[in-house]
Amino acid sequence: MADTNGARLPDEIRDAIDALRPRYPTEEALLLPALHLAQRHWDGWLPDEAIEAVAHELNLTPAKVYGVVTFYDLYHQKPVGRHRLRVCTNLSCALRGAEEVLASLKNHLQVDENEVTPDGKCSFVHFECLGACEQAPMMMVDDDYRGHLTPESVRQIVEELD
Amino acid sequence: MAYEPVLLRHVGHPEVRTVAGYRERGGYRGLEQALTMEPDEVIEAVKDSGLRGRGGAGFPAGLKWSFIPKETDQPKYLVCNADESEPGTYKDRILMEEDPQQLIEGCAICCYAVSANTCYIYIRGEYVEQAEILEEAIRDAYQAGVLGDSVMGKGFKLDMYVHRGAGAYICGEETGMLESLEGKRGQPRIKPPFPAVVGAFGCPTVINNVETLCNVPHILERGADWFKQIGTDERNTGPKLYCVSGHVERPGTYEYPIGATLNQIIEGCGGMWRGRQLKAFIPGGASAPMLPAEFADTPLDFDNLAKAGSMLGSAAVVVMDDQTDLVRSVYRLAKFFNHESCGQCTPCREGTNWAELVLKKIVAGNGKPGDDELILRICRNMGGTTLCPLADAAVGPLRSLVQNFPDEVRAWLDSDGALTPARQYFSEGVTV
Repeated sequence: MADTNGARLPDEIRDAIDALRPRYPTEEALLLPALHLAQRHWDGWLPDEAIEAVAHELNLTPAKVYGVVTFYDLYHQKPVGRHRLRVCTNLSCALRGAEEVLASLKNHLQVDENEVTPDGKCSFVHFECLGACEQAPMMMVDDDYRGHLTPESVRQIVEELD
Repeated sequence: MAYEPVLLRHVGHPEVRTVAGYRERGGYRGLEQALTMEPDEVIEAVKDSGLRGRGGAGFPAGLKWSFIPKETDQPKYLVCNADESEPGTYKDRILMEEDPQQLIEGCAICCYAVSANTCYIYIRGEYVEQAEILEEAIRDAYQAGVLGDSVMGKGFKLDMYVHRGAGAYICGEETGMLESLEGKRGQPRIKPPFPAVVGAFGCPTVINNVETLCNVPHILERGADWFKQIGTDERNTGPKLYCVSGHVERPGTYEYPIGATLNQIIEGCGGMWRGRQLKAFIPGGASAPMLPAEFADTPLDFDNLAKAGSMLGSAAVVVMDDQTDLVRSVYRLAKFFNHESCGQCTPCREGTNWAELVLKKIVAGNGKPGDDELILRICRNMGGTTLCPLADAAVGPLRSLVQNFPDEVRAWLDSDGALTPARQYFSEGVTV
């Protein structure tokens, strides 16, 4: 087993993972759920320490966990804002003005995609179809869907976040 | 002709999220019926109904179930595909939000039919709220004795779990999904062996889409003959959800007998947005070739759309009005496929990248005569050359753009790149 630098998951995450063990015939299958839990604990992203701790918990190599983390769009390897905004810009939203919404958001936050605002409040990305095309243009604010956006309303939504 | 919705009949009745509320409105009769039958009889009923997969490929569901080996000591699994990520598609989200017990019932019937004791519902990671709704509905189903050691007291054991993905379109491909479920990168497997023989954790596995499984209780309750009467013909049967987006007044998920036409669907959506004219539409999500307005009277079912040179896919109907720039639209889809290619097969990894680059160059005003032929060459090098259908899916919009709308492409190639109003996605205000 590769060295995991002594990184360990906090007890409450280990307990949550243990509760899921009976669901799967292999330990490896716990990896995606474990990464979701770890990312929540590490403020929305997965530093090396988190990857090593998950690897240790599931008896996997850090390289294997790293490979999985890099494959999926919802796992982050850089710090994110307290609020994460994902703006759908795929076709159904684009037909209803998503590019203008994204431009307005970027202009308002004054940072680029994947950067965090200086106050740590927000980071944003453009995203592929989020499966809510009846509300186009739309975005995810943390875990929630917000639809029927306009260049004005998207700024308003950001203002109302704590 | 009034059509009584089947799959969406509980919309607006949130009490059906519990077993008690769902039973109150007639739920779980399909599962009760199934449990009085032999598993093989259940498979026969689903075969007889003509139900075809609603996830994209349209494979007959009962036939898929019949491939699960009977004489084996291995555990068997059902993996419900709730990874809904095809651009334009949001029907499964509605089904899970509005009627989670209907899905649990469909999964339970399938598991009984193929003797699977474990069901995973693989839901895309972005559907956080929907995963919670399902978790809650499953907890309730355990408490009510619908799931657990003895389903409805009939001695059949069934466990059901929600498994969240983490954002990858390719995990909607069934073997990519299995890899992801097992804790790996979601890269599709070589087939054969097919999942029915070697699936999740090396064991026989059925993989069905959410909407497919939601049809099953109704087939058991009301009979295959009833189901077959709905739809275009015996190869295109049953109710169908169409998720409409783009330039209509009221985008939404609408239920029709399979084979509704675009004209009917647009009318149901309150007409074209701002009274504009139809230019083009995608009938089945980003992978489905784009069709011109002349096909607005074509029944949107598996076979009629194949004849028209497109496909029903996930029945995500994207409507584009006369002010839409189709080249820019397809450029956006090309970016999507490039982003989502898993990178495993060279023709797809390279082809989706080149397709994006060529279209990017064109919409920057730097296209050259012959670029339309270049796009077709890229398509020829991608189609049918890869482990999974993502490359074929990427070809759909590209080839249809050049072949069905040659003037749109030429207008870009012949111009100096200056944007005209007709070249924007939309030209005034935004929406709603």
